[in-house]
Amino acid sequence: MSDASAPRLRLQDLTKDFGTHRAVDAVTLDLEPGEFFCLLGPSGCGKSTLLRLIAGFEAPSAGHVRLGETDLTAMPPHRRPVNMMFQSYALFPHMSVAGNVGYGLKGLSRAATAARVAELLRLVRLDGFGARRPETLSGGQRQRVALARALAREPGLLLLDEPLGALDRGLREETQGELRALQRRLGTAFVVVTHDPEEAMMLADRIGVMEGGRLVQVGKPDALYRRPANRFVAGLLGDVNLIPGRVGPEGPGGIRTVRTAHGEVRGVAEGALAEGAAVAVAVRPEDLAFVDDGLPVVVADATFLGDRVRRTLRLPDGAILRASGRPGDSGVSPGSETRVGFAPDAAVILPA
Amino acid sequence: MTWVTRTALWAGLGFLYAPILVLIAYSFNASPLVTVWGGVSTRWYGVLLSDAQLMAAAWVSFKVAVLASLIATSLGTLAALALERHGRFRGRTMFTGLILGPIVMPEVMIGLSLLLMFIGIGLDRGLITLIIAHATFCTGFVAVVVAARLRGLDRSLDEAAADLGAGPWRVLTTITLPLLAPAVAAGGLLAFSLSLDDLVIASFVSGPGSTTLPMRLYSQVRLGVNPEINAASTLLIGFVSAAVLLASWLTARRGPR
Repeated sequence: MSDASAPRLRLQDLTKDFGTHRAVDAVTLDLEPGEFFCLLGPSGCGKSTLLRLIAGFEAPSAGHVRLGETDLTAMPPHRRPVNMMFQSYALFPHMSVAGNVGYGLKGLSRAATAARVAELLRLVRLDGFGARRPETLSGGQRQRVALARALAREPGLLLLDEPLGALDRGLREETQGELRALQRRLGTAFVVVTHDPEEAMMLADRIGVMEGGRLVQVGKPDALYRRPANRFVAGLLGDVNLIPGRVGPEGPGGIRTVRTAHGEVRGVAEGALAEGAAVAVAVRPEDLAFVDDGLPVVVADATFLGDRVRRTLRLPDGAILRASGRPGDSGVSPGSETRVGFAPDAAVILPA
Repeated sequence: MTWVTRTALWAGLGFLYAPILVLIAYSFNASPLVTVWGGVSTRWYGVLLSDAQLMAAAWVSFKVAVLASLIATSLGTLAALALERHGRFRGRTMFTGLILGPIVMPEVMIGLSLLLMFIGIGLDRGLITLIIAHATFCTGFVAVVVAARLRGLDRSLDEAAADLGAGPWRVLTTITLPLLAPAVAAGGLLAFSLSLDDLVIASFVSGPGSTTLPMRLYSQVRLGVNPEINAASTLLIGFVSAAVLLASWLTARRGPR
């Protein structure tokens, strides 16, 4: 499993400018050895550029890339002890599968190379495919060849750019599980770039959310889901209700009161917020419950989804809240007036 | 296809190729008089093969075409790599213009300027100057053909090779050049056929003893057309067409994805 002495990746104030556009903005990040890390963000947020900076295909405008004690910043890609799996897979079309997988194996005897290639193909369940040409393989098989090729040199760190992006839905879910299991078995640190929050949460030990070139929040999936740092992260990781209001004085345990147009609610404030500042209270739909002394709402709609019921609730000013609950907790049918509330530690107070 | 487009097609093809077809037909004429048909014969091909002067000129043309196209292919491929893979270096636009210049420049000017340069540096006119001149005007054509292919080639293939530990030289020899091979070969064949049928530039830079086949044919025609010229021209047309067809087949072949 993960080797505590394995070198860890450290990014320090890493910045990349393309002309006047700042693609990556002062990213600082320490990776744990053997960690599965996901860079998550919409297209154009700089996550792929960050990956290319680590691989060495782009030179940073400022900052450093270090692996353990080695400074990689000025090192060309072919000398870096880091490998990358490309979004397009970039399989060499004029070589066989074995030729592709063995390309990075230098200084081995012919027999040793063949043995290593066979071992790698077995690892990705492609035994016997060595003589095939890449164009004769299916999308999923190509993806596994690309993975085997990137693992051939036993890199200290594997970078994967949208590794599952080109696969169709069913295959993608199956492959997510395989990728996760493979990473556990090898203990190699993986950095995966993805735009799919569900995929990031399924794969990663930790997620780094990028927005506009900045790394806005890093944390475990549940921490990001429960305690998003801003509205962008809150909305990216799942459905969220944002209730606007003004924050009250600081209270014990970080719990503060927020005055909304429809009454007072309480939530957790992690950052420093001046009293009276405009804020938004972020609550997940599953944390909304029907209570006696909450915000007054009208049930506008209810949809039965088997394991849960989704309700659309309307506040007096017309704003919409979404609630998700068990089918049994009804008594609230469309048209009825009721009140909703939530536990203070289930809500996060975010700067508006 | 309507009758209008069909007629237009055949009229266009006829306009382009009727003269050549007439020439090919007359090269099989048995009569020594060029404009009188005397039955089918291949006797003029026999006469052609025993014409020492003409055969010597053909040999010169062949040597020049092979060597000039080899040089032009190397230089043109390097130029294409610099243009497409070296990023936005300073002077790239000017370099592009300079590479492509000889394609649009009048041949008389190229010939004259090369002649002046050869005289200036004291290089005697002969095979060497012919090869240099042909390599010069063919390089641009090769660069255009190779650059087009290079643009269609996924850059991440080069990056993947570098990522797997291959230095720039290994990337070039094991990934980029093998994938470019069809375009390089097509560019080379194009250069070969351009060199083979060049008359204008060769007239400026060739010297005594290095008369090329087109020059020889042209000087003979001035003394009067004979059926032997028709046969020689037919063979030349065959060579050039074969090279161009092979080149376009190599270019059109589906590239790697």
